[in-house]
Amino acid sequence: MSSNNSVMVFIQQDESKIADVSIELLSKARDLADQLKVSVSGALIGSGIKNEAEKLIQYGVDEIFIIEDKRLHDYTPMPYTKIMVEVIKKIKPQVVLYGATTTGRDVGPRVASNLKVGLTADCTSLEIGDYSSRGIDYSNILYQIRPAFGGNIVATIVSPEKKPQMATVREGVMKVGSPDPKYKGKISTFDVELADSDFPSVVIKKIKEDKLVDLKGAQVIVAGGVGVGSKENFDLILELAHTLGGEVGASRAAVDAGFVSKEHQVGQTGTTVRPKLYIACGISGSIQHRAGMDESARIIAINTDHEAPIFQISNYGIVGDLNDVIPKFIKAFKAKG
Amino acid sequence: MGLNLIVLVKQVPDTQNVGGDAMKEDGTVNRAVLPAIFNPEDLHALEAALEVKDANPGSKVHVITMGPPSAVQVLKDSLYRGADFVALISDRKFAGADTLATSYALKCAIEKIGNYDIVFCGRQAIDGDTAQVGPQTAEKLGINQITNVSVIEKIDPKKKEIEARRSIEGGYEIIRAPFPILLTVTDEGYTPRPPSVIRVMTYKNASAEMTDSGYDESYIDSSIDRISDTAINLWDINAIGAAVESCGLAGSPTKVKKIESIILKSEDIKMVENTEDSISGMVHELISDHTLG
Repeated sequence: MSSNNSVMVFIQQDESKIADVSIELLSKARDLADQLKVSVSGALIGSGIKNEAEKLIQYGVDEIFIIEDKRLHDYTPMPYTKIMVEVIKKIKPQVVLYGATTTGRDVGPRVASNLKVGLTADCTSLEIGDYSSRGIDYSNILYQIRPAFGGNIVATIVSPEKKPQMATVREGVMKVGSPDPKYKGKISTFDVELADSDFPSVVIKKIKEDKLVDLKGAQVIVAGGVGVGSKENFDLILELAHTLGGEVGASRAAVDAGFVSKEHQVGQTGTTVRPKLYIACGISGSIQHRAGMDESARIIAINTDHEAPIFQISNYGIVGDLNDVIPKFIKAFKAKG
Repeated sequence: MGLNLIVLVKQVPDTQNVGGDAMKEDGTVNRAVLPAIFNPEDLHALEAALEVKDANPGSKVHVITMGPPSAVQVLKDSLYRGADFVALISDRKFAGADTLATSYALKCAIEKIGNYDIVFCGRQAIDGDTAQVGPQTAEKLGINQITNVSVIEKIDPKKKEIEARRSIEGGYEIIRAPFPILLTVTDEGYTPRPPSVIRVMTYKNASAEMTDSGYDESYIDSSIDRISDTAINLWDINAIGAAVESCGLAGSPTKVKKIESIILKSEDIKMVENTEDSISGMVHELISDHTLG
């Protein structure tokens, strides 16, 4: 099947390693392409990346275009934009997806601006459906669904008149499909002429910090509030986080009370997080705290006060003393996991 | 050696205090019912520009915003904090603009000022959270960008070169790039200065006036010393030479199909009893849907 009219993914690499979000997006692209009865393509830019490309075919990818050059090892906006614009103009995909990472949100808007097509930021869901406007019916349009307005609303955005329809998609929301090692796809080299003047930015240093506290990168966060009661009781929060392989978070009140250090603070004046699971223990859920965590995929609230606002945004609620609930949680997880 | 600096700012509804009437039926934001504030990260972008100006005497800080007439408030605030020149681009033809149409109008306004070294903007606005207008404007201008800048490490006005610290997942990188360049600034590295009392006295009566004269140097040189009531330039679609078909709804490829309020999700909550069996059941659900384990 030709990659013309395909669902394409901008495949992000970092130090020649494929970003998790790109594999999530290739899986989602397979899903969308099946509904549209078209193929899945990918564009992978970097150097020394052919082996990595081959590993991606098993996610149901029909063709990966690789653009290799030593100067493309580090992401910089100008050459990457130029390449994506040329790939899209030549291949003519109907949909292009980017991870909503610092890279995807840097290059995606430039490509959209160049091609004068729509781009929806930070989508959390994608669907295929129909759309009508001013007497014109469009079928098989990409519904780009995202929270907006500080997370108070969810909006469905369409860009029916222009192709490709493009979106950046939040990391961690699309499920990785089961790989099929027998899937047949091909790797194609795509040539783009690049002059030194296409590389105005130089990455002179790149530091990945081994942070003691990595709230942004955590898949699971166990957070304690003032309801934890004391610094000693906070050990229970640490223990649950440790058991689940997660990170320790805290409300501002818990930090101000001296239960835990400021790096752990989640909320408007702390870190904004969106893990797969957020467990709020003894946190009432002020709007300032909720603003920093309400986009978590799943939320569990453990609180003695059944009227605490945190329950309004939670998927699971347990009314009870965390000193009593958490040991049961730990025991249950150790038994299953 | 002075640098020519441009800051793009936005007046935004305060999304911390949103009610059910915040959206109109057509899916656009009903700004009338919400308190309007200076977009937080744009204040950090303005501070970054003012600090570059402080370190490079003779520099000029121009602030541009696009919005309804009431958006002059963020321009006044910019004047109070140290901006030298402010312009409001406002026209009914800009209404309903998505990020693409917005970046086109901003590009036209930036080119009207012209001859710039660095364009600053906040990383993203709290009403849309798209972080797209900065990069889209840079592309329309045909210039390079550094997004997610926490702090400028070094400016070399002679070599016309910048080194900036760019926040990335789990760390940062230092980027060196020549002017002209667009930066999007986060709230990590700068502390916005408060309004200056003297400047508030100078500009509190400033009002917007239709100006097609563009960049009025004489005004900048004398502004501190006089009470000006014409300090805010108002540019319409003609003043910035923008093509009407690229502005507003007409120039916006994205359309809002549907808006749903998600203020309360409590009907989704599953209450779990504080018993070993119930908690074990919840843990099992979380493991089987890959949330845990």
